[in-house]
Amino acid sequence: MEEKLVKTCLHDRHVKLGALMSPFGGFDMPIQYKGITEEHNAVRQEVGVFDVSHMGEVRIKGPEAYKYVSHIFVNDVTGAPDGQIFYGMMCYENGGTVDDLLVYKVNDEEYFLVINAANIDKDVEWIKRNAEGFNCEVVDESPKYGEVAIQGPKAEETVEKVLGLSVKDIPFYNFQTFEIDGEEVIVSRTGYTGEDGFEVYGPHAYIQNVWDKLMEAGVQPCGLGCRDTLRFEVGLPLYGDELSDTITPIEASLSMFVKLDKPEFIGKEALAKQKAEGVKRRIIGIELEGTAVPRHGYPVEADGRQIGEVTTGYKSISTGKSVAMAMVEKPYDKLGTPVEIRIRKKTFPGKVVKKRFYEKNYKK
Amino acid sequence: MSKILDDIRYADSHEWVKLEGDIATVGITDYAQHALGDIVYVDMPEVGDEVTKGEDFGAVESVKAASDLLSPVSGEVVEINEALEDEPGLVNQDAFGNWIMKVKVSDPSEIDDLLYAAAYAKICEE
Repeated sequence: MEEKLVKTCLHDRHVKLGALMSPFGGFDMPIQYKGITEEHNAVRQEVGVFDVSHMGEVRIKGPEAYKYVSHIFVNDVTGAPDGQIFYGMMCYENGGTVDDLLVYKVNDEEYFLVINAANIDKDVEWIKRNAEGFNCEVVDESPKYGEVAIQGPKAEETVEKVLGLSVKDIPFYNFQTFEIDGEEVIVSRTGYTGEDGFEVYGPHAYIQNVWDKLMEAGVQPCGLGCRDTLRFEVGLPLYGDELSDTITPIEASLSMFVKLDKPEFIGKEALAKQKAEGVKRRIIGIELEGTAVPRHGYPVEADGRQIGEVTTGYKSISTGKSVAMAMVEKPYDKLGTPVEIRIRKKTFPGKVVKKRFYEKNYKK
Repeated sequence: MSKILDDIRYADSHEWVKLEGDIATVGITDYAQHALGDIVYVDMPEVGDEVTKGEDFGAVESVKAASDLLSPVSGEVVEINEALEDEPGLVNQDAFGNWIMKVKVSDPSEIDDLLYAAAYAKICEE
């Protein structure tokens, strides 16, 4: 029996635009409209809009909301002002990653979590199960919200002029709520592209209206194809590639988000031990000398044997270089180390570089 | 509608071949380049390599994925299109004008079971 794909509230619009559709995390999503390269460049140079309604939203409310969020989140939200957003992970006891997510602090007794589409069921079950014993409630609000991401140097001007939302003073990694037609709309200055931009969460009808206004204004619709090429260029991880239940945040080279001086959180002991002893393998960047394209799963070799594997690879649209993120054994993770990537039957030489292949342009 | 030329032969895996004497010129069709999207790299064989009908002789990389190229003929590679090393996008611009390899065929009759334009056009419609 075939599992039915979920459609977002914008699905019929993508089909009408002739988008190439494909399953992703249980949803029927647009991969591209005009073409990955054009859409990628639209975001880097002007503005583009993504349907990200497939993402999940979980609200944690109650007197012990802060205590519970601190228990399951590796980053530290202590003392944050209302309206601030944190990026980090939820981990298992053994340090493996449940998911990477954003935590929006509404107030001391309310937090809004944004989680990956492919992990919604798993995450909701995890968050509800571990909440036992804490005085708070966990509500899965994923079906309620549609979401779009407007990204690019012209994103601010676009949201202000086309959507009539006053967002220019929202600082990076902060959010504001607006009341529109009696419903709550959340706008955050966040994104997954390395450009300035906003993510807008609202009821389905509102998000449909937002999309239609943006299309009318000529904003380029962008699919999951360029969503991946954009995040990859600026070194952002994708759960399933650079993070997983067997890849810890420390192995993913994301230990800056793991605050080991917090009194406790799930996975703290395992992660503290890993940080103290040093990891045996790590996610790094590789730049190839030529233009052959490295891809997920391709072997990384050095000294005549396989020492790792590509997690994500592309010929970077913005830099033209063939680059990859890869999980490699120590000591091959050192910057400048010569390595090779096996592409089909041949190996291609390259070297270890930082995984931020293109400089971010956030408005900070 | 993709461009389909009448005087060449087609494989159902979307390669085209033009046989002149015992030299076969091979490329991918307009339909294929359109389906692939922007081509970022063409993995070509080396001059002197042996290719075999029905087996892969290289690959075409688009942004998202690599697609194997299957040879419509057997023989020895005598020339590759070096322009594609620096400008793989030429295949998108003109798939029939930008061939990938030239092969000295061992058995010209191998093209007998390849498709003519009309039959290939039918496959593209499906």
